[in-house]
Amino acid sequence: MIALSLLCGGVTGSLGEVSAAAAEGAQAAVELCLSMAGMLCLWMGVMEVMRRCGMLEGLQKLLRPALERLFPEVRRDRETMELIAANVSANLLGLGNAATPLGIQAAQRMARSSPGVASDSLCLFVVCNTASIQLIPTTIAAVRSAAGCETPFDILPCVWLTSLAALCAGIGAAKLFRRMGRRGP
Amino acid sequence: MTLATALLVPCLLLAVAVAGLAKGVDVYGALGDGAMEGLKVLLRIVPPLVGLMTAIYMLRASGAFDLAAEALRPALNVLGIPAETIALVLLRPISGSGALGVGAELIAAYGPNSQIGRTAAVMMGSTETTFYTVAVYFGSAGIRKTRYAIPAALCADLTGFVVASWTVRIFF
Repeated sequence: MIALSLLCGGVTGSLGEVSAAAAEGAQAAVELCLSMAGMLCLWMGVMEVMRRCGMLEGLQKLLRPALERLFPEVRRDRETMELIAANVSANLLGLGNAATPLGIQAAQRMARSSPGVASDSLCLFVVCNTASIQLIPTTIAAVRSAAGCETPFDILPCVWLTSLAALCAGIGAAKLFRRMGRRGP
Repeated sequence: MTLATALLVPCLLLAVAVAGLAKGVDVYGALGDGAMEGLKVLLRIVPPLVGLMTAIYMLRASGAFDLAAEALRPALNVLGIPAETIALVLLRPISGSGALGVGAELIAAYGPNSQIGRTAAVMMGSTETTFYTVAVYFGSAGIRKTRYAIPAALCADLTGFVVASWTVRIFF
C-alpha cells in the first residue's frame, strides 16, 4: 500500500501531502481507538449481561428449526447441530470471541466425512459465517459516536435489512453454485 | 422514527438490567467483565490500526483512491454504490482493521449523519472479513479444496454493499 501511494503521489505530484499524511494517519488511529473505548466497553458489558441471562441458550432454541432445514445433512448429528446453533447465536449477539471456537469445532466435525474437501454443508456454514449477522453492531456504533454522532444506532434497521439480504444472497449463491457444480464436468 | 430511535438505547439498557436482576445475575460484575473484554479488543486493534491507517492516509493523500474511484465509477453507479466508498468496498473482505480504518476515516470526513457516512457504517456493520473467516474455518478443519465457498461468500458481500447503499437512501 505504501509503495502504491508513493507511486501515485509521484504521478499526481502530491508527495508532500503523502509524507504529512503518514504522521496524521498514525495519530488518527490512536485517537479513534481512544474515542471509541467508552461505547465499545459499555456495549460489550451489556452483551456480557445478556449472555449471563441465558439469552444465548434461548436464541439457540429459537434458531434450531431454521438451521435444521438449512443443514439437512447434519441433522442426525446432534452435537454438530448444537455447535452450529451456538455459533450462530453467539454471532447474533456479537460475541465474536465465543463464536469462532464453536464454529471451528463444528467445521472440524463436518469435515470428518470428507477430509481435505469441503462438503456442501461446510461450504454453506462458512458462507453463513462470512455474512455477518449481528443484532447490535457495537464497533460501528462506537466509531459513529466517536465522530460526534448523537444517535449512533439510527442505522440499525438498515444494518439488519442489509445483513439479511447479504445472508440470503450468500445462501442462494451457495445453492446455485452447488447445482451448477453437479451438472458440470 | 426519531422518538423510537431515541428510546431504543435507554430501553434496551433497562430491559437488559431488569432481565439480569430477574435471573439473579450479578449485573454490575458482568458489565465490568464485558467492558474489560472490550478494552482487550481495543488493545489488540491499536497496533495494526496504527500501521494500516498510516498507509491508508498516505494512499488517500497520493490520490490513489480517487484514481480507483474514477476508474470504477461507471460500475459503481450502475449498482447504486457511492463512488467515495470504493476503498471500503475493496478492503472490507480482505482486512478487518483496514476496513475499520477506511470506514472511520470516511465517517469522520463526511460526517456520521451524511449519506456516505451512513452507507459506510451500514456496509461495515453488515459484512465480514470474508477471506479471514474462510481461512480460519477451512484452515482449522484441514480443508484444501474450498469449492464454491469463496465465490458464494463474495456474492454475499457484494449484495451487502449494494443493499447498504439502497437502504440508506430509502431510510434517510
